[in-house]
Amino acid sequence: MATRTTFFQQQSSNRRRSLLLLVSVGLILGVLGFAAGFGTTGDPFGGLWFTGGAVILAALLASGSYFAGDRVVLAASQAKPVTEASHPQLMNVVREMTLAANVPMPRVYIIEDSAPNAFATGRDPEHASIAVTTGLLDKLDREELQGVIAHELGHVRNYDIRFMLLIGVLVGGVALLADMFLRYTFWFGGHRGGRRGGSGGGGGILQLVMIVLAVVLAIVAPIAARLVQMSVSRQREYLADATAVELTRNPAGLEGALWKIGTDREVLEVANRATQHLYFTNPIKKFEERASSVWATHPALADRIDRLRELHSAPPLDEGERATLARH
Amino acid sequence: MEFIILLVILGVVVLLALVVVALYNGLVQRRLRVDEAWSQIDVQLKRRHDLIPNLVSAVRGYMEYEQETLQNVTQARADAVAAGAQGPADQARAENALSETLRSLFAVMENYPDLKANQNVLSLQEELTTTENQISFSRQHYNATVRDYNTAIATVPAVFVAGMFGFGKRDFFEADPAAQEVPEVRLR
Repeated sequence: MATRTTFFQQQSSNRRRSLLLLVSVGLILGVLGFAAGFGTTGDPFGGLWFTGGAVILAALLASGSYFAGDRVVLAASQAKPVTEASHPQLMNVVREMTLAANVPMPRVYIIEDSAPNAFATGRDPEHASIAVTTGLLDKLDREELQGVIAHELGHVRNYDIRFMLLIGVLVGGVALLADMFLRYTFWFGGHRGGRRGGSGGGGGILQLVMIVLAVVLAIVAPIAARLVQMSVSRQREYLADATAVELTRNPAGLEGALWKIGTDREVLEVANRATQHLYFTNPIKKFEERASSVWATHPALADRIDRLRELHSAPPLDEGERATLARH
Repeated sequence: MEFIILLVILGVVVLLALVVVALYNGLVQRRLRVDEAWSQIDVQLKRRHDLIPNLVSAVRGYMEYEQETLQNVTQARADAVAAGAQGPADQARAENALSETLRSLFAVMENYPDLKANQNVLSLQEELTTTENQISFSRQHYNATVRDYNTAIATVPAVFVAGMFGFGKRDFFEADPAAQEVPEVRLR
C-alpha cells in the first residue's frame, strides 16, 4: 500500500512541479528581460518590451517542448521505430509491463548503439515513447530487460516524462536567452547608455544597477536551472526503480541489469548533456566519481543496487563489488 | 388533503425508483468491468492453448526420452481446455497445473542444446513466456475488479438491488502458488 500512496503523491507532485517550473522560469526570464531592457535603453518601457519578448519566447519554447519535445529527443538520439515482426521479444516485454502498470502501449524505438541503455519520453502516458539501444537487447536476459522496461514505464506512469521533457528544454532555453541578453547588454549597453546618460544622473545610476543585475542574473540563472534539473532527476531514479520492482515483483532482474550496465565499457555515442537526464543510467562516462555531487543526474549505481537488495533483504554490495563498479 | 398525501406518496415512489435505477446501473457497470478484465485473461489463455501443440510437436523429435513430460503437458492442456467452460475458479486450477507442467518442460529443454539453436522452438518459447506473464499481470487487474464487484453486491445499499435482479458473486482467478514464491537472487 505504501508504494501506491507514493505513486499518487509522485503523480500529483510532478504535475505541481511542472507548473511551478514553468512559472518560475517565466518569472526569471521576465526579470532578466526587464533588467537587460532597462539597462540598455535606459527606459522602463524599453524594459517592458524586453520582458514581453522574453516571456513570449519562454512560452514558445515550453509549448514547443510540450508538444514536439519527444520527437526532437528521439530524432536527436537517432531512434528508429520498432515493429512486432522485427523485435518480438522487446514488444512482448513492453506489452507485459503495460498490463502490470495499467498504462496504454507506448511507441517503442531502438537506437543502434552497443552501449546498453534506455529512456522514456513524451507528455503523458497516452503520448509516450520508449527507446532502447541494441546493446541493451544483446547484453541483457529477458528478466533484466523486463526490469529496465518496468523502470521506464514507471517514469511514464509517474508523469516524470512530462517534467523531464519540460525541464530539458527550459534549462537549455534559459541558458540560451541568458547568453543572448549577456551579449546584447555587453555590446549595446555601453553605447546607448552613454548617449542617454546625459539626460539625468539618477537615471544613469539606476541604469547601471540594471545592467549589473542583468549580467548577474544571466550568469546565475542557467546554473540555478541546471541544479534543479540534477536534484529532482536523482530522486526520480530511485522511485522508478521502486516502481519497477512493484510491477515485475522481481528485484533480481533490475539488479542484474544495473550490474551489467554498470560494468559495461561502451559509451553511448548519441547521448549529450541535453539528454543525459532521460536515460536509464547516466550515459556519460566518468560519471560515478561525481555521482554524489550536486551535478549528477543519476544516483550512483552501487547505491541503486543496494536499495534494491534491501527490498529482498539481501546484504549490500561488499567493498570488492563496489570497487568493480567504480573501475568501469 | 388526500391529494397532497397522494402527491407525497407518488414523490417517494419516483424517488425510490430513481435510486434503484442508479444502483442497478452502477452494478451493471461494475459487472461489465469484471467481464472486460476476464476477456483480457481469456484471450491469453486461448492463445496459450493454441501454442502448446505447436511447441510439443516441434520439440518431440529432439526429446525422445522425455515422452512423459510431453504427455503431461498435452494432458494438462486438454484438462485446461475442458475446464474453460466451468468458470474462473476451476479454470484457474487447471491453468495453474498447466503452467506447472510447462515449467518442467522448459527446465528439461535446457538439457538439449540443439533446441536452443532452433529458431522456431525459441520463438514458440518466447510466445509462451509472454502469454504466461500477461496472464499473471492481467490476473491482478481482474481480481481487483472482482473484489470491487463482490463488495458492491454484498453491501448496503446495492445489496437489495443485487438480490432483486439476480447479481451473483464472481470467482477470483487464483494465483499459481509456485509463481508467488520469492524469486532467487542472482548477481553477475
